[in-house]
Amino acid sequence: MATLAKPSSKVGRWVREDAKAGTFKVNREAFTSQDVLDLEREQIFDRSWLYLGHASELKNPNDFLTRPVGGRELIFNRNRKGEFQAFLNVCPHRGAQVVREPTGNAISFKCFYHGWAFNNNGKFATKSRPGTYPDGFDCDGAVDLPRVPRIESYRDFFFISYDANIGPLREYLAGAADILDLVADQSPNGMEIVSGTHEYSIRANWKLLLENSFDGFHAPDTHSTYFEYLVDELGGADAVDFQSMEQFNEAIDLGNGHATTQAKAPWGRPVARAINTWGEKGKADEQRMVAELIDRVGPERALLIADRDRNMGVFPNLVVNDIMAITVRTFYPVSPDLMLVRAWALAPVGEDPEVRHRRLNNFLEFLGPGGFASPDDVEALESAQRGYGAMKFAPWNDISRGMLREKPRADDEAQMRAFWREWRRRMEGE
Amino acid sequence: MMAVTDLAEVSTGLRPRSRADYEDFLYREAALLDEWRLEEWLSLFTPDSVYEVPTMGIGLEAGPDSTLFYIADDYRRLRHRVVRLNKPTAHAEWPQSTTVRAIHNVRIVGVEDRGVHVACTFTTYRSKHNVTDTYIGHGHYWLVEMNGEVRIRTKRVLLGMNSLQPHGKVSIIL
Repeated sequence: MATLAKPSSKVGRWVREDAKAGTFKVNREAFTSQDVLDLEREQIFDRSWLYLGHASELKNPNDFLTRPVGGRELIFNRNRKGEFQAFLNVCPHRGAQVVREPTGNAISFKCFYHGWAFNNNGKFATKSRPGTYPDGFDCDGAVDLPRVPRIESYRDFFFISYDANIGPLREYLAGAADILDLVADQSPNGMEIVSGTHEYSIRANWKLLLENSFDGFHAPDTHSTYFEYLVDELGGADAVDFQSMEQFNEAIDLGNGHATTQAKAPWGRPVARAINTWGEKGKADEQRMVAELIDRVGPERALLIADRDRNMGVFPNLVVNDIMAITVRTFYPVSPDLMLVRAWALAPVGEDPEVRHRRLNNFLEFLGPGGFASPDDVEALESAQRGYGAMKFAPWNDISRGMLREKPRADDEAQMRAFWREWRRRMEGE
Repeated sequence: MMAVTDLAEVSTGLRPRSRADYEDFLYREAALLDEWRLEEWLSLFTPDSVYEVPTMGIGLEAGPDSTLFYIADDYRRLRHRVVRLNKPTAHAEWPQSTTVRAIHNVRIVGVEDRGVHVACTFTTYRSKHNVTDTYIGHGHYWLVEMNGEVRIRTKRVLLGMNSLQPHGKVSIIL
């Protein structure tokens, strides 16, 4: 795991870091300008590894799904051999979307517009009368379904890149791979996406959600109603371990713009920290899981998996929150002040039905558009976006919290600074 | 499920009221929500009730223990939802949004063990910050009698949009 990068002083148009003074400022134009967004598409989204989906979403050979990634509609599928592939969902003929279902199983795809057809390796397979097209028409690949330049996976998390020359995914992920390990290792049977997608939009700049997703500072204020609910669920304030919350509390720079918080929160974790409300059966279930973890990954990693909570941002737009449940969340800007969000629940394959019940119950009490917390995040982000209307006279966001602290806490802003340093490198140069 | 005409034979003895009675009930529920009289609204539910909003494309069959929903409240959490929404710190709904709920196409689907299955379509407008979002969908209720009054045992709201775009949230009660 990478250690926290030494802060330096940089004065750019959008990001101003003063290591000596301990201040870090981001200009609000970064959230409002169409020119900035155009540059982000070029310098960031077209030159990064972007989260595509999880292997468990395509269980069988020939399974497919469609979804937008980085502003383009994609087909994510497996061929007859079971190999995972990604295509642009656009007909090479005249541009219509070739696959229009969200999921399915198919050995071939046919465009509904003029009937051009492709096998599920993307190869042109349209039958025409002789003489309709010249000989060798389909030899150079120009009439095949266009492949996304790169697709790679780490621990069943699939990513694509529009940059054919980008380095390997594993290198790009840097320390984020270690955190994905702590997620992927939660079960001896692997992990799976639970059916059902949270799909929503937020009338705010996409970077505000990235910041918010691992922002420990906002939780007590923005989410006071959730914590009041939680305290009641736990059986009163006496049942809350405030000392551990204070003691285990850090932010880790994972390199390449990725960062995570790591703390010990008071809620129950499906893997594997019981709360009183779950009763003796719940406690026994969790103890069994902890024993299995210790056996399989050793006591140190078992403790990190079972008893620590992490909110990770993977540059630029993947969030993995491993908290009272696990959510995988990605988002993409439609315009400077509007983003589309997709989020899923991740869980162990073959999870005991009672544990799965506790997991999804936990998920919904905090996470998602109907939870007791996320709607207030949406409100906060949209509120900030409206605030940026006054940018001319109030131009700077402050991201300085804890900058002079030796070891940053989860409720400091070091994780955001890690993101912004990489953003600055891409947008403003070294 | 039994057709409405067969109700005389229902062994549970639960006889449905007239459609007009259920329409009145649903209109009253909508009015309580529009007027933010949430405690009174909660009193329409039985202590073993559930309030569910599945994700898009999920119908009446799948349950919240195997599929990710937007909302799956038992009575206990529903009560917490009401408590939360009455606080100024429920930021998404403070200041409280203005809502207009229209209930249409009310029909008695049949009688089941859980109660009388009544379905409707709904249109709910929510305005805040000078933005109006429209939620549309089908409401499915399983209604029972308690102390001579209609009570909700199950309310499942099937949203009729493809996604929560541009709403971003279900911060009100649908």
